[in-house]
Amino acid sequence: MVVFDKPNGLTDAPFHYCPGCTHGIIHRLVAEALDELGVTDKTVGVAPVGCSVFAYNYFNCDMIQAAHGRAPAVATGVKRGEPDCIVFTYQGDGDLAAIGTAETVHAAARNENITVIFVNNAIYGMTGGQMAPTSLPNQVTQTSPYGRDVTVVGYPVKVCEMLSQIDGATYLERVAVNDVKNIRNAKKAIKKAFKYQMEGKGFSLVEVLSTCPTNWGKTPKESLKWLEENMKPYYPLGVYKDKFANEEAK
Amino acid sequence: MAEKVLMKGNEALAEAAIMAGCKHYVGYPITPQTEIAAYMSKRMPKIDGLFLQAESEIAAINMVIGVSSSGHRAMTSSSSPGISLKSEGISYLAGCELPALIVNVQRGGPGLGGIQPSQSDYFQATKGGGHGDYKLIVLAPASVQEMVDLTFKGFDLADKYRMQTMILTDGTIGQMMEPVSLEKGILNEYDKSWATNGTRGKRERNIINSLSLDAQELEQWNINRFEKYKVIEENEVMYEEFMMDDAEICIVAFGISSRVSKNAIMEARKQGIKVGMIRPITLWPFPKKALLKAADKVKAFISVELSMGQMIEDVELAIKCKKPVLLCNRTGGVIMTPDEVLEKIKEADKIGGND
Repeated sequence: MVVFDKPNGLTDAPFHYCPGCTHGIIHRLVAEALDELGVTDKTVGVAPVGCSVFAYNYFNCDMIQAAHGRAPAVATGVKRGEPDCIVFTYQGDGDLAAIGTAETVHAAARNENITVIFVNNAIYGMTGGQMAPTSLPNQVTQTSPYGRDVTVVGYPVKVCEMLSQIDGATYLERVAVNDVKNIRNAKKAIKKAFKYQMEGKGFSLVEVLSTCPTNWGKTPKESLKWLEENMKPYYPLGVYKDKFANEEAK
Repeated sequence: MAEKVLMKGNEALAEAAIMAGCKHYVGYPITPQTEIAAYMSKRMPKIDGLFLQAESEIAAINMVIGVSSSGHRAMTSSSSPGISLKSEGISYLAGCELPALIVNVQRGGPGLGGIQPSQSDYFQATKGGGHGDYKLIVLAPASVQEMVDLTFKGFDLADKYRMQTMILTDGTIGQMMEPVSLEKGILNEYDKSWATNGTRGKRERNIINSLSLDAQELEQWNINRFEKYKVIEENEVMYEEFMMDDAEICIVAFGISSRVSKNAIMEARKQGIKVGMIRPITLWPFPKKALLKAADKVKAFISVELSMGQMIEDVELAIKCKKPVLLCNRTGGVIMTPDEVLEKIKEADKIGGND
């Protein structure tokens, strides 16, 4: 009897992600959600530049590889072209909160009926560990070797908090994948975001606090702990906006 | 032939795009092309189409990428500085082999430049603009009627070859009003089984991608795309010959410069100078063969253009420098007068040959 299987929403290609990186878990959660909602075969995913640029190898649905930061605009085009499709973007923090801030904010402002999976690991992973818009104050990275000096480079961008001020945005939640309980909550949030899109409810973004053992210079286990002790206090988990919370509660 | 109506170039182009089956337009305001966006914003809702004003030129071209990926005809328009911003997306369109129509109603540059007509984005349009090895099909209308005709043609070529077509026009053609016949042009249907619009359990998944970390593979993609470009160069060159039968001087001009040149040619002919014109309608592919053929019988060429001299390089290459090529140009938003062209014709007439 099979009790644990690979979701249909993932291909057989082995992930290229580093050991201990939580991208794999998040990929799986997205694929499970799409499968459970029965929409994998009408889904189009958009993965821009970053560690997850190769997501087109892993998600078992139509995929587009987009330019750095531009996924929400590409997703907008797909959704407006084929409103019947389920369209999601899968973006990292440098992509979404630095080079692609405008695309993110305005997709939310338009209440574009798409789902954004925002993987926040507080660092640029693919290019080898540079300071990200979400790197914590004093965090040491390749381009903040003495620690992020907020007097020079400013403060991290809190995406859910920022977008919660935008009238258009429908559903914003920050989750984490550093323990079983959080992973289960992350799954719920991701599934809800896709369900909202199916119901035509508009823009949803799920921010997933994620680890980057390689570029944090930590073991996978230490990384989970570092996320818990450092990222979570700065980026509190929770629902930042849900226009349909009352409806859902019923 | 449909009844003629008086229309602005930009609006005629927009209407033609709708007639050509484009139901998705994304743009951003910039002078002197804003009429296209304004026209689309009025018309699209009435035909159940999409007009979307993007937050930036960059977002607009990426929305075009999305619409085109989903299998629909997509277009955007802008003017010079906006095209620079779109160039990243145009490079991605090329890398992903996605059909799209991009309109550049040129204004003077560089930088913010001005808002008066210019042709100084010739290099950007024909030699790249964005990064990497790629070409655009570049169409240069010289009248409001051609704004219509080349819009149909542009969409058709884009779909036929999975290419990006740029309509390279200028502030004059975009802004001026002329009688135009809004007649349906080519409306071929092309296979779009490559589109990302959901597998629906009926096919393998589609991937739209321009990335390969395997150098050999990426090289092969480029070689394959250039094979396609070769076919386009063989089959899709368009140009107009004007009074070339007995010409001893050949003007090469496109768009508004060709209109000014025609006046100068008529005047020169009155004065007994045998001058004609080859007007490229496709700037890429460039009418190299026609020019090379002309080089055997004329004594000089004149490149008439609104730039510091860009197309002149292609003229010289096309004729393999067999004959002198003079430059008659104004730039920064200034248009040459027929008299200025006439002076250059007289200068060319003094060159060698029949004197």
